[in-house]
Amino acid sequence: MGVDLALEGPAGASGLLAGDAAGDQRGNLPGDLQAAKKRSSLPWRQPLAIVGMVVVLAWIVVAIFAPLIAPSDPLAQDFVQLKAPSAEHWLGTDELGRDVLSRIIYGARVSLPLAVLLVLGAMIFGTILGSLAGFFGGWVDAVGMRLADIVFAFPGIILAMAVAAALGPELLNAVLAVIVVSWPAYARLVRGLVLSARGSQYVIASRLLGASPLRALVVDIRPNVLGPILVMASLDVGNAVLLLSGLSFLGLGAQPPTAEWGAMVAAGAQNFDKWWIGLFPGLAILTVVLAFNFIGDSLRDALDPRTAKALRD
Amino acid sequence: MSTQLLTVEHLSVALSTSRGSFKAVDDVSLTVGTGEIVGIAGESGSGKTMTALTLLGLLPHGARTAGSVRFDGTELLTSTQRALRKIRGRQIAMVSQDPATSLHPILTVERQLTEHMRHHLGVSKSEARTRAIDLLATVRIPDPEQALSTYPGQFSGGMRQRIAIAVALACEPRLLLADEPTTALDVTVQAGILRLLQRLREERGLAVVIITHDLGVMSALADRVCVMYGGRMAEVGPRSEILAQPRHPYTRGLLDALPHPEAGAAELRPIAGSPPSLGKVPSGCPFHPRCPSAQPRCSTDRPELLPIAPGHLLACPVDPLKVPSAAGSGGGA
Repeated sequence: MGVDLALEGPAGASGLLAGDAAGDQRGNLPGDLQAAKKRSSLPWRQPLAIVGMVVVLAWIVVAIFAPLIAPSDPLAQDFVQLKAPSAEHWLGTDELGRDVLSRIIYGARVSLPLAVLLVLGAMIFGTILGSLAGFFGGWVDAVGMRLADIVFAFPGIILAMAVAAALGPELLNAVLAVIVVSWPAYARLVRGLVLSARGSQYVIASRLLGASPLRALVVDIRPNVLGPILVMASLDVGNAVLLLSGLSFLGLGAQPPTAEWGAMVAAGAQNFDKWWIGLFPGLAILTVVLAFNFIGDSLRDALDPRTAKALRD
Repeated sequence: MSTQLLTVEHLSVALSTSRGSFKAVDDVSLTVGTGEIVGIAGESGSGKTMTALTLLGLLPHGARTAGSVRFDGTELLTSTQRALRKIRGRQIAMVSQDPATSLHPILTVERQLTEHMRHHLGVSKSEARTRAIDLLATVRIPDPEQALSTYPGQFSGGMRQRIAIAVALACEPRLLLADEPTTALDVTVQAGILRLLQRLREERGLAVVIITHDLGVMSALADRVCVMYGGRMAEVGPRSEILAQPRHPYTRGLLDALPHPEAGAAELRPIAGSPPSLGKVPSGCPFHPRCPSAQPRCSTDRPELLPIAPGHLLACPVDPLKVPSAAGSGGGA
């Protein structure tokens, strides 16, 4: 499992284990570490993973440097309304005379951090609940998993809508709503992983040496859970962007005049003949979701022993 | 044997499954004195490991215990988990049976050897490290200093088992529970580990409960032997008596199934059938379906564990010494 940690390399942390081990080994790597080293370069060889990473990186750069890149203020209603794409406004202007390109660029500042934030939120909550359920079993397990079942019983977007509507239409509430619907998947996954790791000899052995349950969970079991959880989270970021935009599209997320992609698509839907208003923010959502899915998929392939072997040969 | 380190009295462990609750350990009594090596023998599923885990208070969910386990005057069965954590590793350590998996694959040997030392003994990091190097040298790991910074995966099975033993011994426990300490090891390594245990007993007064199905290991090490079958005790006694003159048909069966250098080409006689699974332990004497000298009453009356000689207890009403076919002429099988 620790070997697998090195596979997070492409996400920018290749030093995690490789550094430790290499430092100690002085080039005398044993077989499995060598294999891991070989495998860790794999996602780079997968074209889709590269595309995904380039796209995500590009969006991150756009979000960070939005004020420098955007041709105009995203909220300024300075221009002729509903103007088709032209040399002056590359992606046209919307119904209030705002530059669509600038709004999309600023929209990245809303969608990306919030998506990451809510995935982190769902991941942390789901992981804590799932690991407690898996480790302690009994009623903790029963209560936690029934809670997860209740959430699973509803279609995600419907439940998110209900929660967002109940909390009031606001961007942060929408984030909360998406966390509410996405944590159970993490809890389930973590519970299963913890359950299988808990019975392993080395966990029992450390308990037999006087380790507390918390220590067993944090030190011995965590490495077994980390890899799969990160894969799932990377797949989930795309999903989160989609859900968040969906809520904004329905008017339950970002409120005007905030430049948010989902809300912009909604505006486009009201001016259906002015295709540029809805199409370009839609494309922005599409590229981000696809890119995160590519990354997640290739991470999963690389981490899964079965597919990883096929890729290595 | 005047100072009893561990006293187990009428210990029973019931496991609850979806099909009801079953006794995995049934009325087991045992004493271990300081510096004594006691062997628990029996086939898989006879309750040996469960007995050991019970002593340390690590049982599966829903397991219930009855009886008493006293370690140095402290009752373990009713102790809190917090109190037990102070005993585990520090006073009583356990070596589990699978060397390949009882060490954490991604923590360094140093971490696994020193963490509980620092916790239980409160020693400094550098002192723990010095001790760890000594320990590795004790279990004959070549180049111990370098071994500290490596991962378990880089050692062979035998070396990992010896490291696991070093981990168990790190806090100088007074009692070591060795669960099949030498299975999966080749004979030379096995001999080395047995010698190590012997030496630690002599040097430190370490008491050892050695759990094995291998009576050969037992004969090399144990002062007393306890034979278990179906969660119950079949026979307990001094090693020499048990091995030279087994009184329980099951003990005899185990010995007959063992190759002996003196016996030459004599055929090995396996015990017919297989041990009962949990929840399907036969009534009366659990061994009666496989017993060569079973009598009708064996299937109904539960045999009591009765003394037949000083320190020798037997749970079998049919004393094989009085049964004519028991002389080893082959009539028993």
